[in-house]
Amino acid sequence: MPERINYWGIPHSWGEPELYVYAIMFLAAAIMLLQFYRQASLWWKVGRPESRWDKLHIRLGRLIQYAIVQTKVLRQRYPGIMHAAIAWSYFVFFLGTALATVHDHFFEFLHGNTLIVYKFTLDLFTIFFLIGAGMAFYRRYAEKPEKLTLDKGFTWTLWMVTIIVLGGLFTESLRLAVERPDWGAWSVAGWLLARLWISTGATETTLTNWHLGVWVFHLLSVALTLVTLPTGTLLHALTGPLNAFFSELDRPMGALAPAAETAEGEPIFASKLSDLTWKQLLDGDACTECGRCQDACPAFNAGTPLSPKQFILSLRDSLHHNGSKPKLAGEAIPEDVLWACTTCGACVYECPVLIEHIDTIVDLRRYLVIEGMVDAELQTALTNLGRYGNSFGKSERMRAKWSKGMEPKVKNANKERVEYLWFVGDYASYSPTLTEITKQTAEVFQQIGLDFGIMYKGENHAGNDVRRVGEEGLFEMLVEKNIKAMSKADYQAIVTTDPHSYNTLKNEYPANGGHPVLHYTELLDQLIASGKLKFSKKLGYKVTYHDPCYLGRYNGIYDAPRRVIEATGCEIVEMPRNKDCALCCGAGGGRIWMEEGEIKERPSESRIREAAALENVTDFIVACPKDVTMYSDAVKTVGAEESVVVKDLIELVYEAL
Amino acid sequence: MANIVAIVKMVPDLVEELEINDEGTGLDRDWLRLIINEFDNHAIEQAILLKEREGGEVTVIAPETEGVEDMLFTTAAKGADRMIKLAGDFEEGVNNHALAHAFAETAKNHQPDLILTGVQANDDLDGPVGPLVAEYLGMPYIGYISGVTLEEGRAIVRKEYPGGLIGEMEVTLPAVLGIQAGEEPPRYVAISKVRQMMKTAEIAEAEISELDFSGGISAKRMYLPEAAERAEMIEGDEEEIAAKLISIFKEAGAL
Amino acid sequence: MNEDIYVLIEHLQGEVAEISYIMLAAARDLAQRTSGEVIGVLLGHDAQDLTSTLAADHIIYADHAALAEFTADAYQKTVASLIQENEPSAFLFGNTSIGADVASVLSARLSLPLVSSCVQISNGKLISQICGGKIMAESDLAETTTLVTIIPGGYKAEEGQSEKSPEIKSFNAPALDDLRVTLKKYVEPEAGDVNISKEAILVSIGRGIQTEDNIELAEELAEFLGATVCASRPIVDQGWLPISRMVGKSGQSVKPKLYLALGISGAPEHVEGMAESEMIIAVNMDPNAPIFDIATYGVEFDFFDLIDPLLEQLEEIE
Ligand SMILES: Cc1cc2nc3c(=O)[nH]c(=O)nc-3n(C[C@H](O)[C@H](O)[C@H](O)COP(=O)(O)OP(=O)(O)OC[C@H]3O[C@@H](n4cnc5c(N)ncnc54)[C@H](O)[C@@H]3O)c2cc1C
Ligand code: SF4
Ligand code: SF4
Repeated sequence: MPERINYWGIPHSWGEPELYVYAIMFLAAAIMLLQFYRQASLWWKVGRPESRWDKLHIRLGRLIQYAIVQTKVLRQRYPGIMHAAIAWSYFVFFLGTALATVHDHFFEFLHGNTLIVYKFTLDLFTIFFLIGAGMAFYRRYAEKPEKLTLDKGFTWTLWMVTIIVLGGLFTESLRLAVERPDWGAWSVAGWLLARLWISTGATETTLTNWHLGVWVFHLLSVALTLVTLPTGTLLHALTGPLNAFFSELDRPMGALAPAAETAEGEPIFASKLSDLTWKQLLDGDACTECGRCQDACPAFNAGTPLSPKQFILSLRDSLHHNGSKPKLAGEAIPEDVLWACTTCGACVYECPVLIEHIDTIVDLRRYLVIEGMVDAELQTALTNLGRYGNSFGKSERMRAKWSKGMEPKVKNANKERVEYLWFVGDYASYSPTLTEITKQTAEVFQQIGLDFGIMYKGENHAGNDVRRVGEEGLFEMLVEKNIKAMSKADYQAIVTTDPHSYNTLKNEYPANGGHPVLHYTELLDQLIASGKLKFSKKLGYKVTYHDPCYLGRYNGIYDAPRRVIEATGCEIVEMPRNKDCALCCGAGGGRIWMEEGEIKERPSESRIREAAALENVTDFIVACPKDVTMYSDAVKTVGAEESVVVKDLIELVYEAL
Repeated sequence: MANIVAIVKMVPDLVEELEINDEGTGLDRDWLRLIINEFDNHAIEQAILLKEREGGEVTVIAPETEGVEDMLFTTAAKGADRMIKLAGDFEEGVNNHALAHAFAETAKNHQPDLILTGVQANDDLDGPVGPLVAEYLGMPYIGYISGVTLEEGRAIVRKEYPGGLIGEMEVTLPAVLGIQAGEEPPRYVAISKVRQMMKTAEIAEAEISELDFSGGISAKRMYLPEAAERAEMIEGDEEEIAAKLISIFKEAGAL
Repeated sequence: MNEDIYVLIEHLQGEVAEISYIMLAAARDLAQRTSGEVIGVLLGHDAQDLTSTLAADHIIYADHAALAEFTADAYQKTVASLIQENEPSAFLFGNTSIGADVASVLSARLSLPLVSSCVQISNGKLISQICGGKIMAESDLAETTTLVTIIPGGYKAEEGQSEKSPEIKSFNAPALDDLRVTLKKYVEPEAGDVNISKEAILVSIGRGIQTEDNIELAEELAEFLGATVCASRPIVDQGWLPISRMVGKSGQSVKPKLYLALGISGAPEHVEGMAESEMIIAVNMDPNAPIFDIATYGVEFDFFDLIDPLLEQLEEIE
């Protein structure tokens, strides 16, 4: 019967080998933990307190999903498989070592078939590991993608984890070469190598001596890796899971936290490390430098100075490498970096360890705003929003000017009862290029007999982007004004065409009597499903659809608009970056109000090129008023007028009615 | 260290359509939105800049009209130390002579080294308020200022003339300056800061019981500019308008 | 009080300012009502020569070293003593860096009524333009000397010019010591790359252009038209264009063949620098923008919606 032999081939003349092993490992682990503690204690020594110990079961669930199963890592095929191969193998090796320890000291069970399964599994993962490591070496030394950090730290880590596994494999194979048990072939990898040693014709003594050497080397390499773990890039194996465990649970992605307050109730406008919470500092240490955020970032790809990865790393650098702990906002992290973010959410969505970039970016922006460090254009927009409730600087009496002359007159929801309160939004109300579409929306609503109304001058900018600019006070003011107007209205549900308004109304406004907030695509989808909306024409266009960030990534609405488009008889051809991978148009987070600065290529232009490359696609369908503006411009600058036309989804509906 | 007083007022916001009252003698105030006079805003900025540079205190005085408190809290958030609201019959609009008397009386109590105000306001009909205040207080006045340096007992100022010419003038203090543009554009103040001020700062009131209108005038009649003189409007969609413009360019010999 | 209309002749660095002629023209209108004379008041030092082109019935000239260039104190004292001595029916000042500093102070000092921003005299009534040109206000001359500040727009400079030199009567300036305001020096503006007052075609941009980046669009348009880009004051105050490109009261006065005003409201201070253009085309979203009152052609449209088709069509023509 196959039996596990403890410390095979380790001469007992040295004394009990396990004593050495435990001593070395204990020492290494102690050094590691001490180092780690020294580093990690900075999180709560420097950062502000914040409780993240609630809902432990959900947190454990996240730990399993993101740190063990690693669903986010697996979103990308090559690096996903690569990392899973390495990490999962290590989990198995850990488990294997732990089981061996149990076997050795507590409960002997590793014999017979159990042992064979045990050996087989470990060896299988050794092979799996080697594939993953091979992929990693290829990526690091041959492919060298831009998003990766190609420094010594990672090279060291990769070599060490590989050396450890190879050490283990070599030890095993040398033992097998001497022992040659009849079940040896179950140790697939080890046996193959053992056959190699056997074929060299080396004597048992030579092999046993080699075994001893490699075993010691293996042991020491494990110890060394442990000791260097907290200071190296392998640290993420600790901080990553911690970050997933402590990630935000209390609010949806679409809700920002209000500015923090001191014990005395004074607002904190974060400019330095100590204004951030310990979790925000943990973010910095959790970053694996994988660069996925940077890859997905429209601001980075447009050539602005912002890289979400660099942003997070500057938090880390400031915390650890800078004795003086410089100010963050405007110093360690320059202003233009902070202003470049469109808050599209791609970074947060892609980050395998659930780092919350946007929260910290907005926190630091809040400081810039409070210090008045805003560019002239943004200043004008904010002043207008404060004064008129819209960024256009127009009188609120002109808000519903677009509806002038419509028959029947659009109801005033502040005066009569309506079923749907239509929150029109600034761009749809004021931008002269968009009012035609707004009118069409109203006409569609009227034609399908929807009972709806608008708030006329009672409506103010909803505040989504104001909040993301960092002007929290103005956001609060706008919310108050809208709530006041809404409380005067009698309605069942709110509908809006603007995903930004949608997001904040749905996720950030105080609950408005439980009335649902619907995006118009959701409403139309519902009406189609219930048979209230029927089309008389099949349009037969081949179109592509752009997911607005605040509808898709932020609120998970991908299917409703697609179903509506298909109901009009159009065929959807997806762009390569679709649904949760959709590229931002570049207007969000208040970017539409800011000076553009030096850039390579506007995100909207990159997007239009992507669409124009699709074969036979004639229309670029959007479901956000700002997108109409952004992409119509981009079509012109790219010179794609011949290939795609930008249309709002409502235009298809209107045409197909 | 300088004791600076900024005197400011709210004026009609030209973004709104303006209407004439039934008597035809003034603006229909029911329809007005009032905002701070643009040039007064520059004056406030200049006052704060001087305070930041030289130290001292800034007092802002404004007559009580709709929105004045928000405006004063905003200046407090920018860094003004004291805010004073002139309480009296200002809501219906008063001429600058009456206003200047009220300003002068109140400013006097603060023994200012320097009084700053906007060089003009869009609703001035009896001259700007600054020089009137200066004269009532017996101080010298210079207007059209776009830069101020304080020295012992005097100020060196940049006075603007047409064509970008600057006259560098010296004026003994105390003096009143009509600000055309601050050295920096007016700064942005976050609403949370303003709201904070609403909780903590206080606006003092100066009771103006009697308004002295002497020297001012009141218009016999007000009206909107007559339409007869207006331009020939080019109508159509953007393509049509562009085409028409191009033919006009050609006619004018620009192409 | 007599019936005469006095005009404070403005001059800077040895040149009569254009507003002086405009005031003389306005004064002529008023004098016809009061049946008085138009009298130019010149304060200066060795400045008699400046009077030769003034269309006044005669000139009162005060010569004093302290009056060589404008300073508020010296001007105020001299004009005050002149008013007290002669009590004209009205005294016109420019609503300018010079006139406005004098008129208001004298209104307070002498307790005389003041009407500001008067653009036109119509049947003896003073028509003022306020609220950025969106409102007109009508006032009468008072029983006492009425002080008036004049803005350009109602009269052409030529109407206040004359071939024949007016007679000069001198006036003794009062004691001009203890002056609280003194001129230290003039600082000339930095010479610009172009002199916009000499350009035949100008593309002028205002606050409606919204961002610095958008200036490019105006520049593209200007290139097609062989024009130069200039601007209203807010654009220059933002630092987006040099001061040499500013049109209006504190900038340049221009008289091009074609003036294209993009996103400019037409505030009097701007208009006074460009009203004399041969043809004005204004693009503005606000149907009530005063610029439409002086433009030859008006386009009530969003500049940003218009510019692309316009540039495209221009490109096609090329
Ligand atoms: C002493 C003094 C001297 C001055 N000197 C000068 C001077 O020399 N020159 C000068 O120009 N100003 C001068 N000013 C300032 C003057 O009073 C006005 O403030 C200024 O002219 C306004 O400039 P603007 O028309 O560009 O801006 P605004 O008055 O703000 O007008 C912007 C216009 O753009 C329109 N608009 C906005 N968006 C669009 C769009 N998308 N498409 C089309 N139209 C749009 C708006 O409807 C508005 O009418 C002076 C002021 C003072 C007190
Ligand atoms: S939110 Fe979007 S723009 Fe901002 S850093 Fe993340 S990916 Fe970049
Ligand atoms: S922040 Fe997240 S996505 Fe970005 S590099 Fe770090 S670990 Fe990767």
